[in-house]
Amino acid sequence: MSNLIVPVKNLEWQKYQKEIANDHYYLARSCIRQNVFPAAEDIFMKILREELGKDIFDDPAQTTCTGIAYHSGLIPFETTMTVVARQFSLMQDAGYENFVCSCVTSFGIYSEVIETWHHFPETLAKTREQLLKSTGRVFEIPKNVVHASDLIFKFREELSKKLKYRLVNKETGKPLKVVDHIGCHYAKIFPEKGIGGAEYPYVLAGLTDEFGGEQVNYPERRHCCGFGFRQYLLKENRGYSVTNSKIKFDSMKPYKPDLIIGNCPGCTFFLDRWQYVIAEMEGITYGEGGFGIPSLTYEEITALLLGYNPWDIGLQVHQVAVEPLLDKIGIEYVKSEKYLGLNGEDIGEPQKPKVLMQ
Amino acid sequence: MYKKTLYDSLKEDIRYQEGLKACINCGTCTAICPAAGVSDYDPREVMDIVQNEDEEELKKLLSSDTIWRCGECLSCKTRCPRNNTPAYVIQSLRALSIESGLFRESHQGRMQRDIMRTMSDHMLEYGYCVYFDGIDTDKFPEQGPVWDWIKENKEKVLERLGCSYKQDRAGSLRAIPKSSLDDLKAIFKETGAMARFKKLEEL
Repeated sequence: MSNLIVPVKNLEWQKYQKEIANDHYYLARSCIRQNVFPAAEDIFMKILREELGKDIFDDPAQTTCTGIAYHSGLIPFETTMTVVARQFSLMQDAGYENFVCSCVTSFGIYSEVIETWHHFPETLAKTREQLLKSTGRVFEIPKNVVHASDLIFKFREELSKKLKYRLVNKETGKPLKVVDHIGCHYAKIFPEKGIGGAEYPYVLAGLTDEFGGEQVNYPERRHCCGFGFRQYLLKENRGYSVTNSKIKFDSMKPYKPDLIIGNCPGCTFFLDRWQYVIAEMEGITYGEGGFGIPSLTYEEITALLLGYNPWDIGLQVHQVAVEPLLDKIGIEYVKSEKYLGLNGEDIGEPQKPKVLMQ
Repeated sequence: MYKKTLYDSLKEDIRYQEGLKACINCGTCTAICPAAGVSDYDPREVMDIVQNEDEEELKKLLSSDTIWRCGECLSCKTRCPRNNTPAYVIQSLRALSIESGLFRESHQGRMQRDIMRTMSDHMLEYGYCVYFDGIDTDKFPEQGPVWDWIKENKEKVLERLGCSYKQDRAGSLRAIPKSSLDDLKAIFKETGAMARFKKLEEL
């Protein structure tokens, strides 16, 4: 019976399709991604420009979208709407009509603002007035707003043909078991704006399938990573965050995943760092042999499989060691170069955690 | 003379208008809520209180820790069978709690000032919600030893990773131009963010 049900469910994602422009994008960077995975966005642009021949513009004048402050209850929605309008104004100045954001919180923000302007036209008029008064700027709403993972998904078949490695265990020839984690604000707010909707999002599962891996369908697959905005920012509330990540780790562990792939900068970070915390505080590890389960972003995974040097794409700044994954795939790398500076300079190494294997 | 009630203010908020249609109190939001699993928080109860339109009960809610427990993941929006969004209602309650000064009555409400002081600095000084210089393992021990190594060698590590840390050029962690920061400040002033920050300082 289950064999009859599962394939039907796996096709649910096809009901939710969205327009993804083919080329010419203005990139909105992510505050969190720049801080915790500082090489990732440049890798994303490199893949788009050099592997796919696309045009993407990186504007130094852009700012935060204010999403984390808005969802922490710190600033009014009017402020967020006007900051978003300024970003759109910058896009217009640069001569672009398509907008791609690297952050899932931002993607939710841009989607929410545009929907609000649509449903409450008086708010659009007010935003125009407030932006003009405060900055002298005018703006138009982009023709197309997507998340960066949408672009990698759109071109997955083209990228797949260029891969040097696949999500396959080199020794056994079996597909690697991949947990996908979709940031809540990618599709839970507006299911029609995400590939596959909120219940069966396919944006990362599609990459997993295309790149040779096997999806892990575990009970807490759609559960939030536990960022919680103000709950994480307040040290005394941070139990909210680690507990929700632990709910996910405990639920996925029996399936022995080889890899977690995320599209949200915050989620990918929490699913990396909370494994370190749980290991050090509770002595629990989720990977094999005392290691954790590597938690990587879609562009990091794509770059790895394309054959980029793992230390050029910033995998040394993850707290969970990625080497078990590299070894399973058979990726060539030099372990001793992991923590070197530019031109091979020795700049020391991080201290090793007491429990989590490195 | 008619005195504007808390409910009058709440109903002006578009987040409230969109968040509460007609709640049937089924509890689906509570079942899916990550906050309900880890704290004394029940979005179904919040929706019940606001739907009853009892001014005194609303005042108690605005003065409580309850409204600050939500993590705004918006999981409730997806699953509500009546298209309500408890997290939007929470957003409107938080805004009114600050506007009315009732946030001062709860511990979690008062903690908003601490978050604001850090994040307003990051946004207005650097142009980012969070910025590298303000993150350390004293405040964020979960960053782990790898973060200490990055911070101790920041110029060299960030250069190795191709960043534009504090540089006047495009790229990761760049110095955001003064003209952009001036725009951000002017927007914050024009749209009420500065006024909200001032309210939060009035403990």
